[in-house]
Order: sequence, then C-alpha cells, then structure tokens
Amino acid sequence: MRTIDTLIHDVPIFQGMSQEALELVSGCATNIRFSDGEVLFREGDEADVFYVIRHGRVALDMFVPARGPVTIETVDPGEVIGWSWLFAPYRWHFDAKALGLVRATVFGAACLREKCEQDPAFGYDLMSRFAQVLIERLQWTRLRLLDMYGDGR
Amino acid sequence: MATAAETLSGAMAPRPFRVVRRQRETGDTWTLELEPVNGEPLDFVPGQFTMLYAFGVGEVPISICGERGGPLVHTVRAVGAVSEAICASRPGAVLGVRGPFGRGWPVEEALGLDVVVVAGGIGLPPLRPALYECLRRRSEYGDVVLLYGSRTPADLVYRREVEAWRSRFDLEVDVTVDRGEGDWRGKVGVVPKLIGSARFDPGAAVAMVCGPEIMMRFAAEALLARGVPEDRIYLSMERNMQCGLGHCGHCQLGPTLICRDGPIYRFDEIEPLMKVREL
Ligand SMILES: Cc1cc2nc3c(=O)[nH]c(=O)nc-3n(C[C@H](O)[C@H](O)[C@H](O)COP(=O)(O)OP(=O)(O)OC[C@H]3O[C@@H](n4cnc5c(N)ncnc54)[C@H](O)[C@@H]3O)c2cc1C
Repeated sequence: MRTIDTLIHDVPIFQGMSQEALELVSGCATNIRFSDGEVLFREGDEADVFYVIRHGRVALDMFVPARGPVTIETVDPGEVIGWSWLFAPYRWHFDAKALGLVRATVFGAACLREKCEQDPAFGYDLMSRFAQVLIERLQWTRLRLLDMYGDGR
Repeated sequence: MATAAETLSGAMAPRPFRVVRRQRETGDTWTLELEPVNGEPLDFVPGQFTMLYAFGVGEVPISICGERGGPLVHTVRAVGAVSEAICASRPGAVLGVRGPFGRGWPVEEALGLDVVVVAGGIGLPPLRPALYECLRRRSEYGDVVLLYGSRTPADLVYRREVEAWRSRFDLEVDVTVDRGEGDWRGKVGVVPKLIGSARFDPGAAVAMVCGPEIMMRFAAEALLARGVPEDRIYLSMERNMQCGLGHCGHCQLGPTLICRDGPIYRFDEIEPLMKVREL
C-alpha cells in the first residue's frame, strides 16, 4: 500500500516540497471516502480540516434564498478544498457535496497549525502554497465576475 | 480563369444561398445549413468566415463551421437586427454570401504536434472545422484536446457532438460551465482553468483559442504559464467589420486589418493590440 506522503507528493499544491515537510503534512492526514450526494461539510460548520481530492468531483454550493443551492465551483482530482482552516473563526463559507464516489485525503487543521507554529520555515512554505491556490481561485473568480459570455460574443 | 475584376466583383457581390436546414442550438443560437442557389459550393479553410447578408436588413461576418465538401454551415447567435434576421431564416429562405475571407487556423503548422483547442461559448463553431481537420488526419497529430466552456449547461452548442467526441479514445474533451444549473454534474468554473490539468506537451503543442476576448486573454496567460510558446498560441479576433476585403478600414486594429490579416492571429502578433478597446 502507498503511504500518504507518496500519494500526495505529486499533488500540485505539494509539488517540490521536501521529503521532510511531506512527512510532516502526511502525519496530519488520513484517507477518506464519500458516496454520491454525501456532504463533506456545510456552511457555518467548524473548518477543522482541508481536503485534497484524489478521485471524483466535489461541488461547492452556496444556499441562495428562493433559488436553493447554487454550485459556485467544482473541485476535481489534484485540487484542494478549503482554506477556512487557516484563519479564525475557522468556519466553512460554503457547502461541499460529493458528485458520485469521491476519494480524498483529509488533513487535520489543529495538527497542521501546531506543526506550523513549531517549525516556522515549514509554516511559511505551507502558507505560500495556500496563498498561491488562493490567488489562482481569486483570478478565476474575477474572470467569472465579468460574466464574459454576457452580451455580444 | 476569373479575371481580377471578376474576382473582386464576386467578393463584393453576394451570391444567393438557400437555407436547407435550421436547427436550434440554445435559447438564442441557431445553426443553418446553406446550399448555393446555383454554381459551385463554397470552398474554405478552417477558421475562415463569410459576410452573410439578410436581404433588406444587413450583412455581418459569420464563421464557417461545417465540414469541407459539405453544405455551408453557420452557427449564429441572435444579438441584434442582422443576426436575428439570419437566425429567423427558415428552410427555403435565401441569404447572400460573400467570401470566404480571412486567414485560417494553423492546421498545417500543427502537423506532428499536440493540438489544444480552447473554446468559450459561441467560440466553438469557428473552431469546429479545425477539429474536423485534426480528426480527419488524426494520425498526423499528437494529442488532441478540446477544452470548452459556456455560461450555463443550456448555453453549450453542439451538445450531442461534444458528447460523441468525448467518448472517443483519440480525443480528450473537457467541458465546464460558469454556473452549474439544473441537474448538471459536470465541472463548474471558467474555461481557462481547464488548461492547467489538460494532457498535452506544452513544448510541442499548438493552441487555438476562440471566445470572448477577455476569456482569450486569460486562456493565453494559462497556456503561457503551462509553457506553450507565445508563437504557438493562436486567437481569433472577432471584432466588427464591414467590407471583408481590407478596403473600408472599418476593422483596423493598429497596423492590421482584421478582415484581411485575421481574424486569426498569433498571440505574439496581437498581444499589444488586444488592449485596444473599441474599433
Ligand atoms: C470574423 C468574425 C467571425 C464571426 N463569427 C460569428 C459566428 O460564427 N457566429 C456568430 O453568431 N457571430 C459571429 N461573429 C459576430 C457577428 O458578426 C456579430 O454578432 C454581428 O455582426 C452582430 O450584428 P447584428 O446586426 O446582429 O447586431 P448589432 O446590432 O450590430 O450588435 C448587437 C450587439 O452585439 C455586439 N457585437 C456586434 N458584433 C460584435 C462582435 N464581433 N463582437 C462582440 N460583440 C459584438 C454589439 O456591440 C451590440 O451590443 C463574428 C464576427 C467576426 C468579426
């Protein structure tokens, strides 16, 4: 069986990370499985983990009164769900639901935050990687805000 | 052989084509198949467009989106008077056609390389002939990838055909929408995001991109970030034009006339001009 550090070392967010750091990260991780329609978490729940999707697709939904749940994004293999674990008040801002069978690796936030505090170089590395993911998501969100297909072509 | 004067008058005077088939793609987009009322069918290279004339209403540039050797096919989104009149043309109706005009997609230059086709919304129709060409000569290309996005699932054009392409073993197809509505279980997110995880060799790939200009800019950035050289990225600049012949100057963009030198440009040629706001 492959250990978690070998499973995650080619996931984009961890690419190029030292073996030592990978082991620190995987020390806080465990594999998990969700069946179709299962909820990973709901808006407002405590954000005490983040996920890396290994198989399947997860829909991030927001509940809009009178319209019901609206999918704002989907997350596919190799991608990360969740940065709410990084900052207080550690609460999810959306719902996450499995679209079909999902296999993921789940990382414990308290465990990781503790390691970041003990080893600031590791902490800085991890934060930079999350910042990169955040910037990318922000960029795509901006593009979507423009409603580019709106008028004309 | 036609004299220069005859060629020019052929390019200036519309030829009558009859609508033989009309099919709805989305709420505001229709595909028309046309055949010449008399004379030869229209030959073209993938990426070229015609000036399509709704008699008594006006004329607009529309990309050719069918197969070479078949009927003339146009997919049109009704956005204003002329495109609405074209979309409303039923079988039997006659439209005027001038062309084909413009420089096409680099299907020859891409031989031996991977091909990445990135389409947004109604940007897929102009790319379809290039895809047909890659599939016709499939063994002469490396990996062929289609990345297609639209606003909602209901705005995807050629839905059946995209599904059929997706089931092929020799073509990678990835589809995303900006807003997942209804029972959509596919991806939700913008189309340039698909570039990061698509399977192709950036150092040996040609990218062909068509869609809203802002989407093309983000797609080009994502392709560059993957390592595709800027002289292997091609975009279609579909801004407004009038004569189609490089005479009237209506579609001038910096030193270039889109109808004559485009609509398809290499990214390194067009990048400085993409910041020009209106024509
Ligand atoms: C080379 C080329 C190929 C094209 N291929 C296709 C095609 O295959 N299918 C298709 O549906 N359309 C295509 N277009 C766009 C099409 O020509 C325009 O939608 C059409 O000219 C609109 O004319 P109209 O009289 O219907 O609307 P108008 O009243 O002229 O315009 C209605 C609205 O659409 C906007 N608009 C008009 N033209 C454009 C444009 N080129 N880009 C962005 N916004 C525009 C106007 O600003 C206005 O808001 C192409 C354009 C070019 C230059």
